[in-house]
Amino acid sequence: MNRLRQSHRGALAVMLMLLSCCAAAVIEIAPLSNAELEARYRELIDELRCPKCQNQNLADSNSPIAADLREQIRMMLEEGKNDEEIVTYLVDRYGEFVRYRPALNASTAMLWLVPGALLVIGLVVIVIVVRTNRRGVETTGELSLTEKLRLEELMNTASLESRKSDVSGDHHS
Amino acid sequence: MKNLKLFIPFIIFLVLAAFLLKGLEKDPNAMPSALIDQPVPAFSLPNLIQPDQLVDASLFKGHVSLLNVWATWCPSCRSEHPFLLSLASQGVRIIGMDYKDRDDQALDWLKKLGNPYAVTFTDTQGKLGVDLGVFGAPETYLIDHLGIIRAKHVGVLDEQVWLELGEQYKALTQAMAKP
Repeated sequence: MNRLRQSHRGALAVMLMLLSCCAAAVIEIAPLSNAELEARYRELIDELRCPKCQNQNLADSNSPIAADLREQIRMMLEEGKNDEEIVTYLVDRYGEFVRYRPALNASTAMLWLVPGALLVIGLVVIVIVVRTNRRGVETTGELSLTEKLRLEELMNTASLESRKSDVSGDHHS
Repeated sequence: MKNLKLFIPFIIFLVLAAFLLKGLEKDPNAMPSALIDQPVPAFSLPNLIQPDQLVDASLFKGHVSLLNVWATWCPSCRSEHPFLLSLASQGVRIIGMDYKDRDDQALDWLKKLGNPYAVTFTDTQGKLGVDLGVFGAPETYLIDHLGIIRAKHVGVLDEQVWLELGEQYKALTQAMAKP
């Protein structure tokens, strides 16, 4: 009983640790005026990339420019700007680069379409492979007349060959 | 036909290798500026030397200029400084933007190291920095006589960089003189 409780406590500790890693991304001065804005803010800074430190999003980066941009986003949210306006604002200044989820256009078409195309190609290949295998199984059931003849012919030549090798094999043994 | 099929993985490998090889030559830090061929964003910021005087984008009209983003907290700006001085002595018009800095330290810096800037204004809040797409210092913009941004260089401006940027500067200056 006691042991069980201990293991529960361990699990709880692990869960709390997992929680803390997500919450500690940035420390803000004050939360936004309402929960809906706060949620949108979290989502935006999660999806926008820090221009200075290119492998971090705005939420994780503690570079000064990321802090500035977070502040800018907070301000725009409080002003009632929608997500699209905010993203456009940043793209106009820092380029398409700031988006971790780039818009679909001529230069990003490859990026968006190739994975889907590869998936389709993969599925087609699987279907073809499965079908040909299944056909193989079906044909082993009953031999057609031509197949029977061919089999007989093969057996005959095989027995001939083995007899021949028996004869030639005498020299070596 | 069947033999050709065997080569498909090899061909895929070759194509992939070609792309990756090309990728090696790219500078991972190079970021295209979203503002090339766009006018300098509107601003109104105090002049560092005379803080009661406000400077705006009309500053760029009528001259080809470099806009250099610098700060006293930026070590690379210090190593860039002598080259800016030499450019200024060759007659290149450099506008300084003191980025997220303290005025007293900036004035001290210019007094000690020399002043290559025709005009320096202060962006203490980093507001114009955001509008320009600045993400650190030093950064240098080449701006034509109509106030249009023509090129951007992120990092220290040196002789190597000036080989190319200087050509663009000359071309713009000549284009301005023609009509």
